[in-house]
Amino acid sequence: MNRFSYLRASSVSEAVEAVAGDPAARFIAGGTNLVDLMKYDVERPGRLVDITRLPLNGIEKTPGGGVKIGALVPNSDLAYDDRIRRDYPLLSSAILAGASAQLRNAATTGGNLLQRTRCYYFYDVGTPCNKREPGSGCSAIGGETRIHAILGASDSCIATHPSDMCVALSALEAVVHVQGPRGDRTIPFADFHRLPGDQPEKDNTLEHGEMVTAVELPAPRFGRHHTYLKLRDRLSYAFALVSVAAAIELDGDNIGKARVALGGVAHKPWRDADAEASLKGVLPSSSAFADFADRLLSGARGQGENDFKIELARRAIVRALGQAASGTPQVQSVKQVN
Amino acid sequence: MAQAQAAATSVTLTVNGEPKTLDVAPWETLLDLLRERLRLTGAKKGCDQGQCGACTVLVDGRRVNSCLQLAVMRDGCEITTIEGLGGPDELHPMQAAFVKHDAFQCGYCTPGQICSAVGMIREGHAETSDEIRELMSGNLCRCGAYTNILDAVEEVLAERNAPKLEAAE
Repeated sequence: MNRFSYLRASSVSEAVEAVAGDPAARFIAGGTNLVDLMKYDVERPGRLVDITRLPLNGIEKTPGGGVKIGALVPNSDLAYDDRIRRDYPLLSSAILAGASAQLRNAATTGGNLLQRTRCYYFYDVGTPCNKREPGSGCSAIGGETRIHAILGASDSCIATHPSDMCVALSALEAVVHVQGPRGDRTIPFADFHRLPGDQPEKDNTLEHGEMVTAVELPAPRFGRHHTYLKLRDRLSYAFALVSVAAAIELDGDNIGKARVALGGVAHKPWRDADAEASLKGVLPSSSAFADFADRLLSGARGQGENDFKIELARRAIVRALGQAASGTPQVQSVKQVN
Repeated sequence: MAQAQAAATSVTLTVNGEPKTLDVAPWETLLDLLRERLRLTGAKKGCDQGQCGACTVLVDGRRVNSCLQLAVMRDGCEITTIEGLGGPDELHPMQAAFVKHDAFQCGYCTPGQICSAVGMIREGHAETSDEIRELMSGNLCRCGAYTNILDAVEEVLAERNAPKLEAAE
């Protein structure tokens, strides 16, 4: 690990000011990703600003009937929170599908959003990587691509976002609260993460010095009609090859509203609002779900080794929508997929 | 009032019940502090990247990977390592169950497994063997002693739940 200075922030504005004024400074909270990256020399901050003592660890009701989750709420506390389990079981399930219990105890809500890719080449400082070192080239293209993107990739980068929690937050249409050197703002979840384009070094739309302070969820609406289905190379404690967060609001027997986000397939959780709208008024069926999957995956392109993910994603979408429609969500400790 | 430090910072940790005040560098991990400074070598440096669980300790009662914790950030916390759970003269029930069920071969992952299992039972979300397997998945055992580890954890969990069941009758 490189040498750096340490500042324990005593207010959000102090933390923001300290990072905004120093290009080499980084916020640190749970540290489960940043400290790991520092050990690999992928991250070499000149200064760490410790935000863990800031009062951002509450889960509060909002006037609109939703909840506002403080950026420092640990992933495990959020997943097991009574209100989250009752009103947003999709979020709880997605969190419990990710990482290990130890990591979830340390990792925070804000930090989960800011996880960096697990692309092998991003982690390997001996190889070129446009995300780690802009302009150096992409070693993944033409390399080992099992875990890489099938949607929204560019000639500069084919990395995927590794979070499970974010896939659920995308489907639930969360809003991210941010405080920065120029004040507060909110960012719809769909606009928080970005596609790589020709600037893959930017994972998200935050400016340097902007800090996530909370994640807000709208009022709950999907009842038991949801699921988080995660497929991976081992049955636990592995990143998704493909995951699906699905939530359905039924209108009689038909679909009133559907929200579907994919994980493990792109630089951000993948949604298509037009494809979702096409499910409105449709009677749930495998063939309707297959048509939807084809729409959601239109434009999907493999890199060779990961071509299988297109068909895997198609089947996972159909399964997940079936689970959501029947109100039988995937249980994360049960490994059989129905 | 915040303080910026490039070099050593004084931190006070309660380690296995004893207060310890040390000067730590910002880049010193909790695992290195425990092993190299306090000579508590129970927690193991397996992968040093949060992937194996051998370094698991309890921080304020919660199990975490000590290799990914910067010691300076844990100022004021209570740390419990395998040495603090029990020793040869008085084994913690989880330690005794691991011995009874032969829940290890080389033993390298064992301190992390035991701290993790104790943390898991405290968390109170494991009831079934499937749930134990899932919630212990952050602790790898390359000897493959998983089935015996599961037996040991199940026994301690059952003993812990037994009084509750009696009380409910």
